[in-house]
Amino acid sequence: MVIAIAIVRTKDLLAVVMLSGIYGLLSACFFVVLDAVDVAFTEAAVGAGISGLLMLAAITITGRKEAPKRHKPFLALFVVLVTGSMLIYGTMDMPYFGAVDAPVHQHVAPRYIQQSMDEVGIPNIVTSVLGSYRAFDTLGEVAVIFTAGIGVLSLLSLPRRRKKTESDDPTEEQMHERHMVVRIVSKALIPFILLFALYVQFHGDFGPGGGFQAGVIFAAAIILYTMLFGLDTAQKVFNPSIIQLLAAVGLLLYASVGVVSMLNGANFLDYNVLADDPLTGQHIGILVIELGVGITVASVMLSIFFNFDARRQAIQNNNKQKGEQDVSRTL
Amino acid sequence: MFLGLYNYWIVVLLMMIGFYIVIAHGNLVKKLVGLTIFQTSVFIFYISVGMVERGSAPILAEGINDYSNPLPHVLILTAIVVGIATTALGLALVIRIKESYGCVEEDEIQKLDQLNEENS
Repeated sequence: MVIAIAIVRTKDLLAVVMLSGIYGLLSACFFVVLDAVDVAFTEAAVGAGISGLLMLAAITITGRKEAPKRHKPFLALFVVLVTGSMLIYGTMDMPYFGAVDAPVHQHVAPRYIQQSMDEVGIPNIVTSVLGSYRAFDTLGEVAVIFTAGIGVLSLLSLPRRRKKTESDDPTEEQMHERHMVVRIVSKALIPFILLFALYVQFHGDFGPGGGFQAGVIFAAAIILYTMLFGLDTAQKVFNPSIIQLLAAVGLLLYASVGVVSMLNGANFLDYNVLADDPLTGQHIGILVIELGVGITVASVMLSIFFNFDARRQAIQNNNKQKGEQDVSRTL
Repeated sequence: MFLGLYNYWIVVLLMMIGFYIVIAHGNLVKKLVGLTIFQTSVFIFYISVGMVERGSAPILAEGINDYSNPLPHVLILTAIVVGIATTALGLALVIRIKESYGCVEEDEIQKLDQLNEENS
């Protein structure tokens, strides 16, 4: 809360981004307190990690300072206060916090809790709801992420670079040479982060974790690599066009599991028929779709970051060239 | 008596803060940060609704009978990742706006728009 208010007051956007990272981490802790470990995991990776990075990449392009306000914000404050008080009035009829007999807990939740072990056979109820009972929803979510990735690509992707201007390479290199300690420590850490992402990916059935979290963590590791060694090096290792292809492959993998179960004579995304034993079928189905989710999320996040960074470099190069021209004119 | 509702009040307060940033600040990046706060308040709302007193995290284990409601967790889990994807889309739009207008402040953009209309 305090942090949120600080975000309102701060004019320096860099500080705002830092604060929103702290805010994300805090809300992750809050989710742990509220028993939502899977959500906390995601929020810690996304809110405190990726979103801050993307915001930083954006403000390097759009400028750091917020302009001072010229109009009085009283009207806005009034609207907000009216909305807030109406909402608080609305909460008077809500069930108490933590109430066991609240309406939310009456309909499908008991079935998920009591029967998911027999029907799906994995301990993490969140994963079994996500991957099996509501697999169609999750397919939709993955499609939304994929679409957002396409949107960013179409907005930001640059025309294919013809001949790279070699002039600014040395400065880039120097930048990455300078932070020796950070570079070596992170280089040692990256394999472990990747390993952790894979653990989260395939252990999602038993503990907190799953495709969404693993995808984000995997992307974060590669983004760290990009920040240390520069975009060009990273793009040599992780070819952007292959990454874009992988985003589609993940989504296709997910959907094709549904089609395979249809071919076996069941409903779309009904995994019971994937193996002789329904439980094994569920296991296979969930494993494969989580893999699809992970691949799509990781590659979409990566390609978004690559595009942001490429855009930033292109703008910087342009500015530099302009600057050089200006200098030559004055000479 | 009403103290049992405090979780909703926190949510409403956070939501008001986010909403205020969105409508009162001119900087587009700041607006997106405000939107993120708004979003998080909705997440907290869902999660706190799914919370059960003395319940534990919804991972089946021996000897535990009360679990929190897993359904809101699933919804919010996916919503967070979708949220970051849409935020990235928003940031991409802001970058393009910066490129074509040269600024990311709402009122300056409007001024430039009006100038353009008068010129054409």
